Amino acid sequence: MDWTALWLSVRLSATTMAVLVVVGVPIAYWLAFSTWRAKFLVEAVVALPIVLPPTVLGFYILMAIGPASPVGRAYASVFGRGLPFSFQGLLVASVLYSLPFAVQPFSAAFAAVDHRLIETSWCLGVSRAATFVRVVLPLSVRGLVTGMVLSFAHTLGEFGVVLMVGGNVPGVTRTVSISIYDSVQALDYQAAWHTSWLLLAISFAILTVTYALQRTVWAAWPIK
Amino acid sequence: MGGMADQIAIDLTHHFASGVDVHASLDRAVPPGSILVLFGPSGAGKTTVLRALAGLLRPDCGRIAFGHATWFDSTAHQFVPPQDRRVGYITQDTLLFPHLTVKANIEYGMGRSRDGGRLRTAELMDLVQLRGLEERRPRHLSGGQAQRVALARALAPAPPLVLFDEPFAALDAATRRSLRADVRRLLRDVGTSAILVTHDRLEAMAMGDDLAVMVDGRIRQAGPMADVFRRPADSAVARSLGVETILPALVEANDGGLVTLRLRHAVLTALAPLIDTPCAMGDHVFACIRAEDVTVELVERAEGHATAAGSARNHLAGTVVAIEPEGAVDRVTIDCGFELVAAITRQSREVLALAPGAPVMAAIKATAIHLVPKV
Repeated sequence: MDWTALWLSVRLSATTMAVLVVVGVPIAYWLAFSTWRAKFLVEAVVALPIVLPPTVLGFYILMAIGPASPVGRAYASVFGRGLPFSFQGLLVASVLYSLPFAVQPFSAAFAAVDHRLIETSWCLGVSRAATFVRVVLPLSVRGLVTGMVLSFAHTLGEFGVVLMVGGNVPGVTRTVSISIYDSVQALDYQAAWHTSWLLLAISFAILTVTYALQRTVWAAWPIK
Repeated sequence: MGGMADQIAIDLTHHFASGVDVHASLDRAVPPGSILVLFGPSGAGKTTVLRALAGLLRPDCGRIAFGHATWFDSTAHQFVPPQDRRVGYITQDTLLFPHLTVKANIEYGMGRSRDGGRLRTAELMDLVQLRGLEERRPRHLSGGQAQRVALARALAPAPPLVLFDEPFAALDAATRRSLRADVRRLLRDVGTSAILVTHDRLEAMAMGDDLAVMVDGRIRQAGPMADVFRRPADSAVARSLGVETILPALVEANDGGLVTLRLRHAVLTALAPLIDTPCAMGDHVFACIRAEDVTVELVERAEGHATAAGSARNHLAGTVVAIEPEGAVDRVTIDCGFELVAAITRQSREVLALAPGAPVMAAIKATAIHLVPKV
C-alpha cells in the first residue's frame, strides 16, 4: 500500500478544489449572468476537458508550462525552477482538467436563483457584489457543494494528465492512480488490490455523503 | 402627513422584442401618503412603467424624474441604478429571501445602523402586525403574512416611493380586504407615497387617490380618481373603466342595510355592500351605476306620480345632453346635477321622442347602485 501516493493525491485534490472555488466562482457567475452573445464560446472552452483525451490536454499543458513557453520561462525566472514534474505544475493541470466539474454546477446553481430575488435586493439598496454574497451564494449552497465534491473526486481519479505533466516522481507527483498502475506493471497485484479498494471506498463514501446531504425528501418541508 | 408633494415625471418609450411598444407619459404630484393607481387591462404596459421607475428596466429612450432627482435621461446618457433610487417594490409573489428569517428579511435593506435598526424593526413588526413571527422562515408564513413581511421590508429603508405590482392578486378575498386597509393606513402613517398597479376596478377605487389609465402601452388619462371615472377622456378609457357612472358620495345614514347617500346635487338610496365591508355614517364611498340599470321617463308623465310610479327608489330630474347610438341600444347622457348614462333601446327612444334638451326623469333601483367604500 502506497500511503505516500494516497496522501499526495488527497493534498492535490484538496488544493485543486480550493483553487477552483476561487477561480471557478467568478467564471460561473459570469457564465450565469452575462448577456454577451458569444458566451457559448467560453462555455465550450470550459467544457473541453470533459471530452478531450487526458493525454491531449496533458500534452498541451506540458507545452504551455514548459521551458519553451513564455509562461514556463516566467515561472522559472521567478521561482528558480520549472513547473513540469512538480506539485505546482500538477496543480495547474488538475485545475484545468477539473474546471468544468466545478464551474458547471456552480453556474447552474447561480442561474437557478430567481432573478427577481436579485432585483429585490438591488431595490433595497444592496450592491451587485453584496447581493451575490448575501442572496445568490446562500441559495446556491448545494450547487457549490456539488461542484467542490465533483472536482475533488475527479482530481483524485485523474491519470493521463498527471502522467503527462507530472511524470512519476515518488512523493512529488506520483499520485495514487499512478501508483496502482505501477503496481500492476510490477505484477504486485496485492498492492494494486488494496489501493484500488481504498480509492473505491473513498470515492463511494464522498459521493454517498454528498447525495445524502442534498436529499430533500427527508426534510419536513419542501425546500423551494 | 404633510410636507411637499413630490412630482413624478415620466416620458418613456420602450420596444420589446415581442413587438409590444410602450410609450408612456405621466406628470403628476404624489403627496406623501397618497396612492396613484396605474390602471389598465393585462398587457397594457403597467409593469413596464413600474420596472422603469424602479430602475430594473432601462427604456429605449425618454426621461424619468422623481422630485428633484433625474433617474433616467436618454439624451444625457443618465441612468441611476436601482440601488441609488431606493424605491420599494412589492409584487404579487412576495419574493421574500427564503434563506432568511422574517426579521432578517425586514432588516435586509436597512444598512449598518444596528441599534436604530433594531428599534425600527420592532416598530415595523408592530405596524404590520407580525410580532412574534421574527424568527420564522418565509415558507412557514401564510400568503397574507408573507405579503406583510414584504411590505415591512420595503418600508424599512424609508423609501421615498413604494411601487405595488398587483400585490393582492394571489390572496383570498378576506385577506385582500384587510391588507388593502392596512396598506392604506401604513402609507399614511409613514407618509410614503405609492404607485399601485392593478387591473381590478374595485381595488383602484377603494385604494387610490389619483388614477392613471393605461391602454395599449399608453397612459391615456391621469387625474383625481373621481374625475377620471366621471369624465373618461376617450372611449378606450371609458371601456377599460367598465362602469358608466361612478359618483363620489357620503354615507348619510345606514338603516339596516338601506343606505342614504349624499351627493353634491342629489340624495340617493342604495343597498349596503357585503356585511364585512363597513359602510357607516360619514364614510366616503363610490356609487357605481351601470347604464343598463337606469330607466328614463318623460317628465310630463312622471310629475306628481313620482313616488307611485314604480318600485324604483331613486328618481332624478334632469335634461338629456347627448344621445349616442351603439348598435340596437342608444346611450343617453342625462345631466341631473351630475352626468348619468342610461342605455335604452332605440324603440324606447323613438316612442319617448328623446332629443338633447328634453326634460326627463331618470329612475334607478336601490339594488342597482353598487357601493365601493374608500379604505
